[in-house]
Amino acid sequence: MKPAVLFASLAVLVLLAGLPFLGSAYALRIGTFACMYAIMSVSWTVIGGFAGYPSFATAAFFGFGAYCGAILINMGWPLSVAIGAAGALAFAGAFLFGTVLLRLRGHYFAIGSLAVAEVLRELTNSATDLTGGGMGLNIPLSVTGSNSVIADASFFFWVMWALLVITFLVVATIQRSKLGFGLICIKQNESAADMIGVNATLYKSTAFAFSGVFVAMAGVVYAGWVHYIEPPDVYDILFAVKPIVMALLGGLGSPAGALLGAFVFLGIEEVVWRNYLEIHSGVLGFMVVVLLLFLPNGLLSIGKRLRRLGARNG
Amino acid sequence: MLYLQVLLNGIVLGCIYACVATGFSLVWGVLNVINLMHGTFIVLGSYLAWWAYSALNIAPWTALLIAAPVYFCLGYAVQRGILNRVIASPVLVTLTLTFGLDLMLNNAMLYFFKADYRRLVLEPAMGSLSVGPLVVPVDRLVAMAFALLLTLILYLILRRSRVGRAIVAVRMDRDAALLMGVNVKSIYAIAFGLGASMAGCAGVLLAMIYPISPVASGGYLGKAFVVCVLGGLGSVPGAIIGGLFLGLVESFGSVAFGPEHSVTLSFGLLILFLIFRPQGILGKRGFE
Repeated sequence: MKPAVLFASLAVLVLLAGLPFLGSAYALRIGTFACMYAIMSVSWTVIGGFAGYPSFATAAFFGFGAYCGAILINMGWPLSVAIGAAGALAFAGAFLFGTVLLRLRGHYFAIGSLAVAEVLRELTNSATDLTGGGMGLNIPLSVTGSNSVIADASFFFWVMWALLVITFLVVATIQRSKLGFGLICIKQNESAADMIGVNATLYKSTAFAFSGVFVAMAGVVYAGWVHYIEPPDVYDILFAVKPIVMALLGGLGSPAGALLGAFVFLGIEEVVWRNYLEIHSGVLGFMVVVLLLFLPNGLLSIGKRLRRLGARNG
Repeated sequence: MLYLQVLLNGIVLGCIYACVATGFSLVWGVLNVINLMHGTFIVLGSYLAWWAYSALNIAPWTALLIAAPVYFCLGYAVQRGILNRVIASPVLVTLTLTFGLDLMLNNAMLYFFKADYRRLVLEPAMGSLSVGPLVVPVDRLVAMAFALLLTLILYLILRRSRVGRAIVAVRMDRDAALLMGVNVKSIYAIAFGLGASMAGCAGVLLAMIYPISPVASGGYLGKAFVVCVLGGLGSVPGAIIGGLFLGLVESFGSVAFGPEHSVTLSFGLLILFLIFRPQGILGKRGFE
């Protein structure tokens, strides 16, 4: 990522932090969702964009984090500790599971990672004692102590925002680090990368763990924010697909692209929701199809394309 | 005696699963595309059967004759018009593209048919057949027979016809087939059409057994995934073996652990197979 792009992204993030001062509960809601989706798509970039493994495990991480956090909070743990614990568990779990699951490639990996979410959802559904099963789980968490809706909403917005900033910085650092370089080698040719001494299993599993840890943390924040979760809600397959669409929309393999894609996507989705409620998923599908057919390299590629066009004409 | 009954249920269920999965397996094997629209095609087939029966009084097995060409044309058009444009792209692109198309199709279905469950009730009801202590509903038996027949027809098409041999050739080696004068793009479209046609027909048969609703599509898609991975990708016998295996595992599993765990069981099995035997029970083979 070029420094200019990095600083532009950070500037956008800093501006975003001022959202609660607008005093609108609606804006806060959208803002929190924007941060949540951006965390997902930026995280997904590590495994899907850098390493080129089409992971559909985002929903699994999110649901796991949400349930982990909800159970811990209900046991009386403070929110911050619950976030840390869920993140650590997700990191370790993803790392261990990744060493086996990432031996699969292409479609097989995609299905395998999708199946993880299905299995986790069914397990959550059947472990009634711990999770409440299909009844869902209430999280009666009062963080600010006041009854003000705006204060609560602002709090959760800032937590989600801070998490997004951390995610973005970590992923941008990964991209510049040896790990990121190794992952891009793996994407281009895994056997060759293995041959020249990149420990592919270790690198891929680490990438998988990094793609899970912040999503799980966001899951905890989400659970605390909405106060009620149920399996079909937090293990929704759309949580696995939307981050991919967002990353594709912005430009595959770039954290800034994922960030941009998430914000633009959410903006479009919100407009569609408000105006065409009954056909919103159809419109979403249409967007995906048009995007893949006509803008396969994402929004960030438009600038490049224009520049190339200018160079040719000038 | 209980176990014999469970075995029988498993076999009947398995044959239907096989029919659900063959089209999916064909498309995956030949085009290297995971068609996420498969479940929606199946539900569309069920709606066709329901409409044919309630409006025109055409029995489901006769409706197969309508469903097969209609869904073939639909699949052919989708592949020719949209998917062929990105067929050479990475996995992620084709997968996301079929997901987008599925969202559109499924939303259209919800819009026109609503999420209500509909039921195709045959008049007079077919009742059930009992041999000694074993009982099996006749409608399931009929569905199973037609499922096997359809799978056999697909097998014969691939095995005997010129187009079928060309499909198998493309699956084995795309470039070599191209050099031998096979029109690969057209074969892709025909293979996708056949897959859609199988899905539609499976939907017609399922309408005889299960209630019809747009929300059922995800479940059927999941079954097709599992069957393909269990049996081995891209062959008709693989789909049959995988279907039977899944049917038996589910029916014995629900006796052993309770029916609520059948999905966990099948997906757990899927993950284990993916890790330890990704080529499936039959192993990697071409589309015979």
